[in-house]
Amino acid sequence: MAPHRLTFALQLLVTLACAAFLLVPALASLLAGVTVNYFQGVRSGLTLRWIDEVLALYSSTIGLSIAIALGTLAVTLAIGVPAAWALARKPSRLSRLVEEVVTLPVAIPGLALALALLLAYGGIREFRMSPLFILVGHVLYTLPFMLRSVMAVLAAVDVKALEEGAASLGASPLQRFLHVVVPNAKGGILAGALMVVTLSIGEFNLTWMLHTPLTKTLPVGLADSYASMRLEIASAYTLIFFVLIVPLLVALQMFGRPLVDAPVKGARP
Amino acid sequence: MPSADRLAFVFLMPLLAFAAAFFVLPLAQLVLVAGSGPNGTAEYLAILTNPRHFRTLVSTLALSAGVTLATLALGTVVALFLSRTRFVGRALLVSLLTLPLAFPGVVVGFMIILLAGRQGLIGGLSQSAGLEKIVFAYSMGGLFAGYLYFSLPRVLVTLMAAAEKLDPALEEAARSLGAGRLAVLRDVTLPGLSPALIASGAIAFATAMGAFGTAFTLATRIDVLAMTIYTEFTLNANFATACALSLALGLITWGVLALTRNFAGSGVAAAG
Repeated sequence: MAPHRLTFALQLLVTLACAAFLLVPALASLLAGVTVNYFQGVRSGLTLRWIDEVLALYSSTIGLSIAIALGTLAVTLAIGVPAAWALARKPSRLSRLVEEVVTLPVAIPGLALALALLLAYGGIREFRMSPLFILVGHVLYTLPFMLRSVMAVLAAVDVKALEEGAASLGASPLQRFLHVVVPNAKGGILAGALMVVTLSIGEFNLTWMLHTPLTKTLPVGLADSYASMRLEIASAYTLIFFVLIVPLLVALQMFGRPLVDAPVKGARP
Repeated sequence: MPSADRLAFVFLMPLLAFAAAFFVLPLAQLVLVAGSGPNGTAEYLAILTNPRHFRTLVSTLALSAGVTLATLALGTVVALFLSRTRFVGRALLVSLLTLPLAFPGVVVGFMIILLAGRQGLIGGLSQSAGLEKIVFAYSMGGLFAGYLYFSLPRVLVTLMAAAEKLDPALEEAARSLGAGRLAVLRDVTLPGLSPALIASGAIAFATAMGAFGTAFTLATRIDVLAMTIYTEFTLNANFATACALSLALGLITWGVLALTRNFAGSGVAAAG
């Protein structure tokens, strides 16, 4: 009995230590963002002053990040959902190859992708200076998640039989896609959409290389504040980021079966 | 159904056009630029032939391997504990532990600064305990902690899913046949978890290799591959080297992920 107790205690200890490691700094940053002076602690009083300052300094980054995330979502839906159906429909060597190539960006560090984009398109000034440049990077990185998420659902439900049924009733291929395939793939589309928005809002590796002084996103602004602002402002900014990202993460935990099952990895440090 | 085939073809076109324009073409450019610097095509092997870059490669590999092993060890203990113990608030704890899953690297870097930076919690604690102020955020130690922070939630998700699927009857059988606890762990439990360990380990390793945001937040002077690429490109305008190193890095991360996927079946890269 004794060794079992010991194992249990050790496991409990490790679990608590891991929980503390992950959660304490996040709580500290929430607190620091509303504390008058973090160095003196909560005794110095609570304030919304830092939040106000962040909003005054960085609100454009928040707006741009949301806009880019929604734009990325629109493009990945428009390109990804139809293509996922086309790829999942008749698995062949060619469709496997296409799938490999278009999901490759997930396996390559964002820094390398950004360098490649800069070399190829950095010379086109209007494009380089516009938020579209960042949007392209985000689509490149998130599209595989949408594809895999939708393809996984299409493989799980027998869409083919449903489609054949609809075809025998005279539905055209496009009608079948819109009224049979899409409704049946809803779960995968929702999970993919949540993943895309979450990743886009937090994306830094590509964005840091692709941004210009006029196209700063939230994570770019965060890096900027970590380097040059006092700890309270950096914390307040992080708090605002948490307010945006945590509901998305909770939704992902609820609807995002692909978090566990999707055959691709998540965001990167 | 030829008309459905035609529709599928039309549906694939935008994807193919996007991939060609914004992935294949830029990647080709990367290969081209890497080989057209002052050193010519010899630059492709700079990561091996240039002593400074080779040292960076070795330290990045060592850091990533260390983080991966530490994450897997901690993750296994926590996943086994959480999947076998029932207590009030367990579900909440599990979702809190997996919440940092999508924190970007920059934010993770800031978490480490709050933990082990100049005004950090660990430093404060060690100081009030009458010891020296412990600050390790801005070094390899900080980077190690940062990558651990980043990888732990994602490894936990995969390992917990795998641990719940383990058949407890197998362990009971082994024990009733006289196997000790350690033997059961070594011969029954860990082999049962091994596909998940390989899968999540590969992802932890690949992310640590290519990570940039955390290193960028903590210090620009830590010698890891991503920082070297960044400085070569932006500060030294040494495009050929930056491209060659990027290609090498991409090959390593892609290779590790592709290899382990073939190892443990299609479920492998499955980590979130």
